[in-house]
Amino acid sequence: MELVVALGLIAFKVALLIAVLLLLPLPLTWMERKIAGHMQQRMGPMRVGWHGLLQPMADGIKLLTKEDHIPAEADRFLFKLAPILALAPPFVVFVAIPFGETVSVLGAEITLYVSNMNVALLFVFAVIGLEVYGVIFGGWAANSKYALLGSLRTCAQMISYEIPMGFAVIGVVILAQSMSLVDIVRAQADLWNIVYQPIGFFVFFVAGLAEAQRIPFDLAEAEGDLGAGFHTEYSGIRFAFFMVSEYVIMVLVSVLVVILFFGGWNGVLIPLPPLLWFLLKVAFFVYLFMWFRFTFPRYRYDQLMTIGWKVLLPLSLANIIITGIVFS
Amino acid sequence: MHLMCGTIANPVDSGRAIVRVGAASMGQGFFLLFAAVSVITALTVVLARNPIHSALALMACFLQISAIFVLLGAPLLAVIQIFVYVGAIMVLFLFVIMMIDVREAVLQRFVPGGNLPALVLLGLLGIEMLALVLWSDRFSATEPVAVSSGDEVRQLGTTLFADYLLPFEVASVILLAALVGAIVLARRESG
Repeated sequence: MELVVALGLIAFKVALLIAVLLLLPLPLTWMERKIAGHMQQRMGPMRVGWHGLLQPMADGIKLLTKEDHIPAEADRFLFKLAPILALAPPFVVFVAIPFGETVSVLGAEITLYVSNMNVALLFVFAVIGLEVYGVIFGGWAANSKYALLGSLRTCAQMISYEIPMGFAVIGVVILAQSMSLVDIVRAQADLWNIVYQPIGFFVFFVAGLAEAQRIPFDLAEAEGDLGAGFHTEYSGIRFAFFMVSEYVIMVLVSVLVVILFFGGWNGVLIPLPPLLWFLLKVAFFVYLFMWFRFTFPRYRYDQLMTIGWKVLLPLSLANIIITGIVFS
Repeated sequence: MHLMCGTIANPVDSGRAIVRVGAASMGQGFFLLFAAVSVITALTVVLARNPIHSALALMACFLQISAIFVLLGAPLLAVIQIFVYVGAIMVLFLFVIMMIDVREAVLQRFVPGGNLPALVLLGLLGIEMLALVLWSDRFSATEPVAVSSGDEVRQLGTTLFADYLLPFEVASVILLAALVGAIVLARRESG
């Protein structure tokens, strides 16, 4: 009986996570377009609903009812598989993400995470790495020059930036003496890691921007020179899959920044519920992502590679050495 | 979902502990599932006509093997399997397959001269493998692997840097040499 309850609880948490993550892009696209509008001295979407609030719904209906076009020369199986391969990994990663310690519901203590793995940090990076397959297969299967060029660029970018991103968190692991994300947050109860790890945070955040394919590193969709990069040939719901996955990764990187460097659900000064603190911090970083998008120009491809290999990688290595010397 | 994700760091967490006990009885079923899928995907790797589809099947096969590592109580190995094989090596495979025309190379015979020598070689290798599996005592060990205390990362690190320091360093130097060699070759070609 208890086994059934425990399994049911896990199934409920997983279902809740999937539902929230699938619906999250709706408010986020609205926010992004509003922020873009106000930064550029215009109003953004205003027609559908109050201040355009229902615009994402309208976009969703449009995408769902659009013709699902598959190019004649495409590899049909891979073309259909690629959006799913792009969508699945960011959702799987959230299995390992803790949102808080416990809450009591009807007298029972319920943990605010699906699984507290002792290798959570490695798991997160391993699964984020799988994101690259949606890009590779999507670009290749479409059998289009622009899509293939975009996908090769994106692959090189994702692989290059995964390395400094992985190295940047080693300092955090040294401080927390654990790879469990729950333990990492607990270790920051007194002082957030950002105080000890400013370089680590900088490298992680910049690499995270690149992993999430956001400006200034969104070369996959350099619309000026590549159409729309690897998803040029996609339309309708399959295109929506790529969009949803992009937004979920943006939220994921924000969540990871908060957990690793900004104390997770540990509050400061104002006593708010821990979960609220966590969500507020995540919301701030999501906003930062959008703010960057409308403030910075896009880097050139060679600049992108130079930043990854010649700036971020040495910085992250230096961070490991300094952290090792100071805290050993 | 939970079964695929690793051991539990916090033993106080009673709900999870119950699931862990239940997992033992479900483990058999999950093992059969993962084993069956891994065999099917491994066959697909060999039988698929399109090399890209082969690569995809190989990736699926690696994922199943990583799931089996989790069932064996080795989440660290499982994650590293995904990290290294699925995340890094398969990407390089795909790059190579996409960049050069592999179909040409696939059509060339690996073993020269007709089907007969190839069949004989296949038979010999098959007999060798069967003999090894049936007669070696290493394959009949049914003792379960010792369940680690949950701090595998620390144990692995200590083992690598204390007991196996020299092999570890030698492997690192060899990899570095390969890296430098690859860069030198690539440079010369582009002129």
